[in-house]
Amino acid sequence: MCLACGCGHDEAHVEGDGAGWHTHADGTRHRHDHAHDHAHMHAHEHQHAHEHEHEHEHGAAGHLHFGDGPAGAVATGMSQSRMVRVERDILAANDAIAERNRERLRARGIFALNLVSSPGSGKTTLLVRTIERLAGVAPVAVIEGDQQTSFDAERIRATGAPAIQINTGKGCHLDARMIEIALGRLAAADDSVLMIENVGNLVCPAGFDLGEAHKVVVLSVTEGEDKPLKYPDMFHAASLMLLNKVDLLPHLSFDVERCLANARQVHPGIEIIEISATSGQGMADWLAWIERGARASRQRFGAATRPAAGVAESTPAPVTAASQGS
Amino acid sequence: MHEMALAEGVREIVDQAARSNGARRVAAVRVEIGRLAQVEVEALRFAFEVVKRGSAADSARLEIVESEGSAWCMRCSESVVISGRGEPCPKCAHYQLQVTGGDRMRVLEIEID
Repeated sequence: MCLACGCGHDEAHVEGDGAGWHTHADGTRHRHDHAHDHAHMHAHEHQHAHEHEHEHEHGAAGHLHFGDGPAGAVATGMSQSRMVRVERDILAANDAIAERNRERLRARGIFALNLVSSPGSGKTTLLVRTIERLAGVAPVAVIEGDQQTSFDAERIRATGAPAIQINTGKGCHLDARMIEIALGRLAAADDSVLMIENVGNLVCPAGFDLGEAHKVVVLSVTEGEDKPLKYPDMFHAASLMLLNKVDLLPHLSFDVERCLANARQVHPGIEIIEISATSGQGMADWLAWIERGARASRQRFGAATRPAAGVAESTPAPVTAASQGS
Repeated sequence: MHEMALAEGVREIVDQAARSNGARRVAAVRVEIGRLAQVEVEALRFAFEVVKRGSAADSARLEIVESEGSAWCMRCSESVVISGRGEPCPKCAHYQLQVTGGDRMRVLEIEID
């Protein structure tokens, strides 16, 4: 369970899975028909008959003192402890998979965006309109993240774009492993745009690289103009902010200038587009931003490294009929 | 945020390090959490108590070293200490800051028997 936002991440599954799958930081992946506690996955059944506490008598810097354990016990002469330097990033496992995803996407010329926002910011509607407007310009594929239901993926598939739903169960964010698996099942075309709609949450998704080219944060004017200050990490992580639902501004007391100033306060370099999926305002700028980014990304990484079209992806799981749209 | 996922990351790293060093037991785990790393330290502590069960770190103590947030102020042209993203430069009170440190989360070392 994520203690900050009250959700867990032990029940994630990708659409098409008969049962939930579990991913561990070391890269192992499990599937089961029943839920169970992660803490038992790597149980080491070596019970010690005589657990002991110990202490160190020294004042050297860089050393820890552990003599004041719960039992408060000290067994003199029994300590054989030593320090082992580890120096590893806690998110290293996720970041390594994300980098693999990034390479894989680049090699196929796929421009991936990770869309993040609060619930109810209008991400899915904006996506549907974006796909409609990009028709004939660039193929779009979508990975939808929600705790439950595949409603959003169904809305996307209605546009004709391939979409796959990831349900995170109690999880509050998508992680790189989920995307890796979804990529194997999603019929994303080469040189397409991949939109990853993250779980509605302005906190946790900021810390998890998925392998995207950019994070795009969607903030709607029915929320507060102080959101960038309240959730600075997300606005700092995003390259672009879409200020959505601006067609509603006449009915609201939302201070646009203050909102933009707040966003720039936490991220001086953030790009901003005021947009309305309903009225179409700003859509042209948003589409131009996508096209520019996709082109730049392709130029930067070139198509030279791309394998021949149709080369099977090395993916962890087979594609099932239910896993993708038309 | 997501302290449970991070705690699981710590456990995996510790398990691996313990295994490769032939540890019988891990007595302590020392991690570095930057003040800009979006981590609630107390939540991480609590989460680690839960996820460590059954692992090599079952009876390990968690020591958290918090490192300061630092940024380069483009107006002052110098490095300053900040307590969070979106905070102004403590010298010029402007926001033209580039975070340069204090956003890392690392397992530094473990003490093993």
